[in-house]
Amino acid sequence: MSKVQVSTSINGEEVDFLCEPQQTLLDVLRETLSRTGTKEGCGTGDCGACSVLVDGRLVCSCLVLGVEAQGHEITTIEGIATDEGLHPIQQKFLEHAALQCGICTPGLIIATKSLLDRDPNPDETTIRYWLAGNLCRCTGYDKIVRAVQDAAKELAHPA
Amino acid sequence: MAEAVDFKVIGTSPVRPDGVDKVTGRAQYGADLNLPNQIYGKVLRSPHAHARIKRIDTSRAEAMPGVYAVICGRDFPQAAHGEIGGESGGDVSDLAKNIMARDKVLYHGHAVAAVSARSLRIADEALAAIEVEYEVLEPVLDIDAAMAPDAPLLDENCFTKNLPEKPDKPSNIAAVMQLARGDVDQGFEQADVIVEGEYRIPMAHQGYIEPHACVANTNEAGQSTVWCCTQGHFEFRAMTAKVLNMNVADLKFIASEIGGGFGGKTVVYLEPLAVMLSRKARRPVKMMMSREDVFRATGPTSGTHIKVKVGAKRDGTITAATAWMAYEAGAYAGAPMGPGAMAIFAPYDLENFKVEAYDVLVNKPKVAAYRAPGAPQSMHAMESALDELARKLNMDPIDLRMKNAAEEGTQAPYGPKFPAIGLKKCLEAAKAHPAYSRPLPEGAGRGVAVGFWFNVGMQSSAEVHINENGTVTVVEGNPDIGGSRASMCLMAAETLGVPYEQVRALIGDTESTGFSNVTGGSRTTFATGMAVVRACEDIIAQCRARAAATWGVEEDQVLWEDGQATPAPGVNADIKPLSLADIAANAAKTGGPLLGRASLNAQGAGASFSVNIADLQVDRETGKVDVLAFTAIQDAGRAIHKAYVEGQLQGGAAQGLGWALNEEYIYDAEGVMENAGFLDYRIPVASDLPMIDTQIIEVPNPSHPYGVRGVGETPIVAPLAAAANAVRSATGVRIPDLPMSPPRILAALEAAGV
Repeated sequence: MSKVQVSTSINGEEVDFLCEPQQTLLDVLRETLSRTGTKEGCGTGDCGACSVLVDGRLVCSCLVLGVEAQGHEITTIEGIATDEGLHPIQQKFLEHAALQCGICTPGLIIATKSLLDRDPNPDETTIRYWLAGNLCRCTGYDKIVRAVQDAAKELAHPA
Repeated sequence: MAEAVDFKVIGTSPVRPDGVDKVTGRAQYGADLNLPNQIYGKVLRSPHAHARIKRIDTSRAEAMPGVYAVICGRDFPQAAHGEIGGESGGDVSDLAKNIMARDKVLYHGHAVAAVSARSLRIADEALAAIEVEYEVLEPVLDIDAAMAPDAPLLDENCFTKNLPEKPDKPSNIAAVMQLARGDVDQGFEQADVIVEGEYRIPMAHQGYIEPHACVANTNEAGQSTVWCCTQGHFEFRAMTAKVLNMNVADLKFIASEIGGGFGGKTVVYLEPLAVMLSRKARRPVKMMMSREDVFRATGPTSGTHIKVKVGAKRDGTITAATAWMAYEAGAYAGAPMGPGAMAIFAPYDLENFKVEAYDVLVNKPKVAAYRAPGAPQSMHAMESALDELARKLNMDPIDLRMKNAAEEGTQAPYGPKFPAIGLKKCLEAAKAHPAYSRPLPEGAGRGVAVGFWFNVGMQSSAEVHINENGTVTVVEGNPDIGGSRASMCLMAAETLGVPYEQVRALIGDTESTGFSNVTGGSRTTFATGMAVVRACEDIIAQCRARAAATWGVEEDQVLWEDGQATPAPGVNADIKPLSLADIAANAAKTGGPLLGRASLNAQGAGASFSVNIADLQVDRETGKVDVLAFTAIQDAGRAIHKAYVEGQLQGGAAQGLGWALNEEYIYDAEGVMENAGFLDYRIPVASDLPMIDTQIIEVPNPSHPYGVRGVGETPIVAPLAAAANAVRSATGVRIPDLPMSPPRILAALEAAGV
């Protein structure tokens, strides 16, 4: 099967790759580009473990084809921390013990970033509904919601 | 046993040492490894729930370009019978047949062949080119059908075990078990009130977010290295060796980070296949399950049918209790009916009881351990029956449980006398908790229930290395599934008297550290923690000896206090204490590097009890249940990392509520699971739940140096009945079966005419 050349930007870097037309963006990120921070939990858009931002919009990368990345800006979990260190969302997930096994964490951090980029001061209900597409089986979500609330506070008033 | 409670670091909640890698995407899970020259393996699965395999033709697949190897049942050695061991029940030969069918397929999704190919797409095409001819048989899909006298047989050689005499004909009942004390007939005669209930719960899945995955790399000498997500790489090595008739010394297992397990990653599925494919292809083979594969072909927990009868005097004293319980094993024997039977009455001091339990084969996936295996189902029955008993007696449900509660010295129904346990303290805490007395909104109901799990000890090893600057490396063999590295570091820091930040814990592979049983049975912080503490004590003994030699005094004249060797009172007062860093810096001159070690078979895992309080609201139009509030109270013995103990309570509550309200395996008449995905097998999402309140009770376990009891499994036990009892309160209707999904709620309300 002939491959398609795709030019895109991942976490601010120009990236060209070849992919088969049926390959998902998730598959390309993980198996072709070795960006394995983005996880696969279901492959059907139900669990959110593969969440990435495409031009700032939250999507499940298992529901996007690799070829659709052409000309777009992709943000993955590997692009959240900066030269200054962890992003406040990452720091708050750690401080609140908001991860146990950690497999859903990259997706949840991406989803949280997309929420706080839109709504810097969400209430608990908003947080719970925004994150309803990201399954976590370990925590019962309590500490995740608290981490998001605290991250929102931190972003509004950096310590 | 350390009585002092002025711990320096134990009971705090520092950031876990593996945390940064897990929030940045660096941490490598099962599917995150890619090796040079790697190819991909995939599994062909049965489209029938019950069929005889007449013929498998792999020739077309083998001839396809890009295909490296094809394997099926005939390529495997005959596996000997024998217990699998570890936390999962069953026989090795059954395990071998479960991962690759031989003459029969026993469930929809059962593996019948596997291929390795250059890409996942070619592997899929190769699977489609394998021809399998089946003789389709009638499937047996539930307990009643399986136990019927004329039921089709899954296994013509299955003769019920544990009967006084071998039965004269085979059946689908793999084993029975009985547990009894006293005289139940007499007990029921003494009762003023008797309640009876019958409860059915379908199969439910652990639902870990990470599908099973592995990479196997086999060399020309037949030695394999396997990278996989597992709850126990040493046991995976043993299982793979048994299934493939290999020497364990030729297998090296490396545990990746693990994306959840809850018992479901205590048995092999892919690993032996990947080893075989890699041996044939002479290349690394990566295998990853799809979510659908996970649902169809990996261990859910048993569906159950349970009947309970309880009699009590007017004052609430239980005079007799009986239970009949049947557990679906799935395709092969080994349902958790034993622990289910031993747990059902464990919280109570009963003179007369009798339990009969059945391990039943059905054409569904072979069950695997799931968090307190067997107990949620059986205790749901008992705790629901007690709720009805309290109503009949017009008694507070906590008071009724307190009246009969087991305590130190009570003989457990499963044999031993309980040492110090925390059930009564949990009940007292629940009774006093504001969550138990605050007013309920209109139409809501409150339910309470007790939970219990035995916890286990088993074998663990640990090494403690003191680096040249005095920092500490702990090496142990239990995959960290929920923050256990942090617990190990806390216990090591406390024992050595050094700051938490100076200690790092890592999980060795099967060649670089000593044997440890699985991360399961809530054993890791207890048993492996005990090994870590003992290894630190080994270090302290060595440090005291080196300080004594340095100072020219006797070892018993050196104390270890606050992370340094100090002279005992009365010994030369001019001596300056030596810190761990001082001793490490000088190690070359005093005998070489400091290496502490310990290995043990931990005894005295303390049972952990819980009490849950659930407030639920039922929408009478739609049947939807909303969780308004949930409080989990549990005895942790001693919470080492407080936030991760709370996390266990919260996560178990969420899983238990999902089981109670939504989750179930739904089958069609042919035995095909109809909801094999997260859209239709709906686990709780963030918007389904409120904050989950926790209260940690600490009744120290006398067998652990810091008083630890396992905490991981008990949290899932009580939510099932707490939810059922809350729905009973909210609606006035007892719904005995789970899940209490909208259609079931509506049907029950309609049947009751409310």
